[in-house]
Amino acid sequence: MFLIPEPIGRFFHRLASPPHFYALTNRLMPWLVALFLILLISGLVGGLYLAPADYQQGDSYRIIYIHVPAAWMSLFIYMMMAIAGAIGLIWRIKLAEIVAISSAPVGAAFTFIALVTGSLWGKPMWGTWWVWDARLTSELILLFLYLGVIGLYGAIDDKKTASKAVAILALVGVVNIPIIHYSVEWWSTLHQGATVTKMDKPSIHVSMLIPLLLMALAFKFYYVIAMLQRAKLELLQRERTAQWVKKLITEQTL
Amino acid sequence: MSLSQAFFAIIRRDLLLALRRRSEIANPLLFFVLVITLFPLGLGARPQLIQAIAPGVIWVSALLAAMLSLDSLFRSDFDDGSLEQILLSPYPASILILAKVCAHWLVTGLPLLLIAPLLAVFLGLPNTVLGVLMQTLLLGTPVLSLVGAIGVALTVGLRRGGMILSLLVLPLYVPVLIFASNAVTMASSGLVVSAQINILSAMLVLAFGVNALANCGGV
Repeated sequence: MFLIPEPIGRFFHRLASPPHFYALTNRLMPWLVALFLILLISGLVGGLYLAPADYQQGDSYRIIYIHVPAAWMSLFIYMMMAIAGAIGLIWRIKLAEIVAISSAPVGAAFTFIALVTGSLWGKPMWGTWWVWDARLTSELILLFLYLGVIGLYGAIDDKKTASKAVAILALVGVVNIPIIHYSVEWWSTLHQGATVTKMDKPSIHVSMLIPLLLMALAFKFYYVIAMLQRAKLELLQRERTAQWVKKLITEQTL
Repeated sequence: MSLSQAFFAIIRRDLLLALRRRSEIANPLLFFVLVITLFPLGLGARPQLIQAIAPGVIWVSALLAAMLSLDSLFRSDFDDGSLEQILLSPYPASILILAKVCAHWLVTGLPLLLIAPLLAVFLGLPNTVLGVLMQTLLLGTPVLSLVGAIGVALTVGLRRGGMILSLLVLPLYVPVLIFASNAVTMASSGLVVSAQINILSAMLVLAFGVNALANCGGV
């Protein structure tokens, strides 16, 4: 731990204490919501109004401003869940466990959105709602992985054991993430290849790219907001016998 | 007792227990055969179609049979407390659990492997494919046992773990299913399948490593 400067280490130690975390999230929440709204509005205006129509797909391509960020988030949140789960397993930090399990429903929702918008786009473009293409299938499997995590957490009564089990499951499921990512190259069928992450030269025009990135950022903030709200509830429920929760409630009811 | 002796003692014990309760061996096998027989009945007597979907049918049935047999992996040991004794023993738990998984594969995976050629002929797969089918089963079914063991380890303490187990384990089985049935399909059209076989071998090695780590935490 000598590599980490003292103030940063102290910040994380304080963050791991439930009352401090609760107070901090309460203080951050308005800022997060404001940033999210600004990004969302500018992203939507840029994507739906300012960006030019695609020369092949017309206006129907605009669904990517929801679809692509949601698909990115579905993977990102799974990674976050696994990392938080690993931190919880290794250092036994209760808050990391709570962050891991609070991420799961948000991730499942984004995965679902990515699937639905993808199939809505697929109907006019490919002429079919669903193809058994590798990326679609992997996304569906990712949804099942999320549901497995949520189901496992719900099935175990002791929440301490449950978070441990969930962390292990998430870590095992991470094996699936590279398969999703490389499936495009492995069995390339109908789904178009990645257009943004090509490092040398993105094959998407800059006026379309900027709203896309704004939307991706907005979705990230939404994830943080939704996850923190869930984490706060989960924290209150788990710590309901703790002194600080009792104090909080009596202060609020007074 | 050295570690390897303990390892083989657990395998011997589990095999002996399985031999005393033969239904444990017979049930997954019967299930496997029955599911495969149901497909031609459901599809009608269309040999071309059945031959075309045979690799997928065999592999999906193997997957389901493996999943059904998973519950017996830790259940009785968990109920009578011997699982706790295993975890309390001075030997590393991961190795002892690995022994249990090996024994479980010998009891439930190996019979599938032995009967698969018969069923392949049943479904009209050409004889040249049998070798590849056996290879994929030989590499794939241990992966199913190893990955499944993680799911069982996580759910064995639950009263109604059965449903949740399938939700946990089946998504993780998907890569094995894809590569294995793809290898058999490719082989039946006369193509080289060394890539798929290599990937399956890699998955097997990976599953050994992940299993050892995950089960320790899980049980």
